[in-house]
Amino acid sequence: MLARSVTHALIGLEPRRVEVEAHIDGGLPGFTIVGLADRACAEAKHRVRSGIGSAQLEWPLKRITVNLAPAGLRKEGSGFDLSIALVVLAASQQLPAERLAEHAAVGELALDGRIRPVRGTFAVAEGARRSGLERILCAPESAFEAELGGIEAVPVRHLAEAVAYLRGELRPPPAEPPNEMPEPDPPDLADVRGQERARRALELAATGGHNLLFAGPPGTGKTMLGRRLPSILPPLEPREALEVMRIHSVAGVLALEQPLITRPPFRAPHHSASTAAIVGGGSGPRPGEASLAHRGVLLLDELPEFQRPALEALRQPLEDGTISIARAAGQALFPARFQLVATMNLCPCAGRGDPAAVCSCSPQRLAAFRDKLSRALLDRFDLVVTVPRSRAEELAAGPSESSAPVRERVAAGRLRLSCALPARTVEADELLSRAVERLPLSGRGRARVARVARTAAALAGADVVLPEHVAEALAYRSPKELAA
Amino acid sequence: MTQSRGQEGARGNREVPLSARAGVPATARRGLAGETGFPPRDRAEGEGGGVNELVLASFAAASDAHLVCEPRSARFAAFKARFDAHAELKRLETLGFRFLARTDPAFPPLLRAIHDPPPGLFLRGEAEVQLLARPAVAIVGARACSPYGRQISRLLGRELAAAGLVVVSGLARGIDAEAHRGALEAAGTTVAVLGCGIDRDYPAANRELARQVAAIGLVVSEYAPGVEPAPWRFPARNRIVAGLCAATIVVEARERSGALITADFALEEGREVFSVPGEITSALSAGVNALLRLGATPLTCAQDVLESYGIAVHDPPELEVGVPAAGVLERVRDGAAGADELARATGLCAGELAAALTELELAGAVTQEEGVYRACR
Repeated sequence: MLARSVTHALIGLEPRRVEVEAHIDGGLPGFTIVGLADRACAEAKHRVRSGIGSAQLEWPLKRITVNLAPAGLRKEGSGFDLSIALVVLAASQQLPAERLAEHAAVGELALDGRIRPVRGTFAVAEGARRSGLERILCAPESAFEAELGGIEAVPVRHLAEAVAYLRGELRPPPAEPPNEMPEPDPPDLADVRGQERARRALELAATGGHNLLFAGPPGTGKTMLGRRLPSILPPLEPREALEVMRIHSVAGVLALEQPLITRPPFRAPHHSASTAAIVGGGSGPRPGEASLAHRGVLLLDELPEFQRPALEALRQPLEDGTISIARAAGQALFPARFQLVATMNLCPCAGRGDPAAVCSCSPQRLAAFRDKLSRALLDRFDLVVTVPRSRAEELAAGPSESSAPVRERVAAGRLRLSCALPARTVEADELLSRAVERLPLSGRGRARVARVARTAAALAGADVVLPEHVAEALAYRSPKELAA
Repeated sequence: MTQSRGQEGARGNREVPLSARAGVPATARRGLAGETGFPPRDRAEGEGGGVNELVLASFAAASDAHLVCEPRSARFAAFKARFDAHAELKRLETLGFRFLARTDPAFPPLLRAIHDPPPGLFLRGEAEVQLLARPAVAIVGARACSPYGRQISRLLGRELAAAGLVVVSGLARGIDAEAHRGALEAAGTTVAVLGCGIDRDYPAANRELARQVAAIGLVVSEYAPGVEPAPWRFPARNRIVAGLCAATIVVEARERSGALITADFALEEGREVFSVPGEITSALSAGVNALLRLGATPLTCAQDVLESYGIAVHDPPELEVGVPAAGVLERVRDGAAGADELARATGLCAGELAAALTELELAGAVTQEEGVYRACR
């Protein structure tokens, strides 16, 4: 007595086809799962046995072997529970095996037989579609997510319901899109008083997708400004949204009641985060914060407090937008095309740049502080803004421009940049060359300034890059006090 | 080398002679107070090819003493008998250093005129030794200085070097380093005086700066190769800084700063002392303001110094900048300000203001540090 079903295991973001086979044979009653299952997966046998019992189905008192093929591929997590339960039932002829073969299944079993959603449903559903399966059985909470994967989802609340459906006794209601709960609005720029230069830098960053660094004494609103970047970013394109969803689903951070992501993601890991937490890792690689911020914003508050290896690991995604992680269990390629926003103080005691304080850092401490940020990393910030302490009158001023009009300008600028890249006029070129001579600008620095100047021109609605755009871009170059 | 704390501990009381200051080891005190007479000015110049001075400098390095003339001790006699001056000169040459004895005609006359000139100077760099005899100005000040002090030091270094003066300083962090950098920027000549052996770069952070100084000017020290930096050597170094120059500028100094020791040496030798006025509430300006109260000449621009050297002063050419930039410059001249303050004062939007400020920065009219813009002149 043999039954077979198809499901998918995730290696990174990639679904790999896994056949779940059950064989029931005479002999001493027993239940074995083979095929390189990890602990969570191997524990399925207890959940499956209890689940089948709770569903008032019969547990075959025979020798049961479940094989997860290919046996060389490591299987992780509890998503195989439903498949295992169903093949055991099919092998014991409690449901039609040919019907099961048309369905993929994903979900964790509760001891009472209920089906729980698992992470990565979206990617598994995509895999099922590619394998030519017609329908996927899953928990109702993840049904909508599965449908976004391009396959018909059969939402089942309980193992008994799944069995009834496969026997053709019950037709569960089709997956309903979850209640359109509006996503909470990101914090608005109207909360920021004054800070004209920093606001302008945010606008440029949002338009051109530039990386942005705020430096300055504490309490000047660096983090507050950084958190408001998402509010002026345009919504995601549908294609981008699916990319983001796949990553968030695999990482298990997708909000079940709101699986469809429309806003660019915003991630702000704490500075104690490990390298693996930032770029991804683990024995079966999982995406890190950098990938979770794909198509969105990664805010690194207090940049020099991060571990240096974690920061250096960000250089690859900043360059090519992907992170490749090789582990014993396999290699994974995670997309990570994020916009980096970082904040930092000018010195460890945070007294520099603050007229009300005196810096008490020794030169050694200052040098160690600067050593934490490699030249190579600082070089990747197109815009660097030193935020000085605001004066009292500035804080007492009325509310400033809110995010909505800025967002419109950003969208218009992006449209212009996507149509045609404005070229530099001869005068603008001359100014840039003169600046390279006079200021300590590297080759990469020159390219950076040219990019920002292009963005400034697009925001101004100009067809060509004029000298004033280059001049403005030069004002956001890395200041000498950050250089070692 | 009993203690090399790696700190320029020039905290000594300025009224107390160098010889009695705390931190000066017994050997050095003896050298100063006991065995010194007056330096042998009467000796014919060039006699002995400077060998005697090299012996003296080498003995000072070996015994950690501050020596002005030959001690009459048995220990020195033994050292001198054993010393192979020619081998030592050869060693210096292979190391890439030169030795300029006090008796050499090329020895800077101003330095020879101080009351305890060094037996000779070790030199690093390609420049001619005649460089040391050219009109020179010392720029000294605090190591932990403010952005304002850094800017002024660099500006003075640049303008004075551009006018043809040799800028002399001590290669320390802060004011000293900025003065050297300013002179290098102007493609002028600069001399760094070390408080350690000529082969050492102290502080290590300024190694690259020392290399640049040596490429265009000279790095000098009275200490033979191998001598460690030590707290009591820096006041001694300061006497050479002041001694080489007809005028000393103190840019920023706390109340008990090594820079004030340099100013004291300059005053003792009857040299001019300029002091850059600072905020009366700032601890970093306490020393310079105290100097002003004592009668130092207030320095308000580089021309003040050039006039005292009798160098013709011509006005800088008018700036050619756009209308918005001119308006911004006017506001910056009223006092240092951040970008947002300037935007409010001038009514320009953030983008226009950024462009105007860059224009001014490129023209050398303003500088930016820690997000605050200042006028340069």
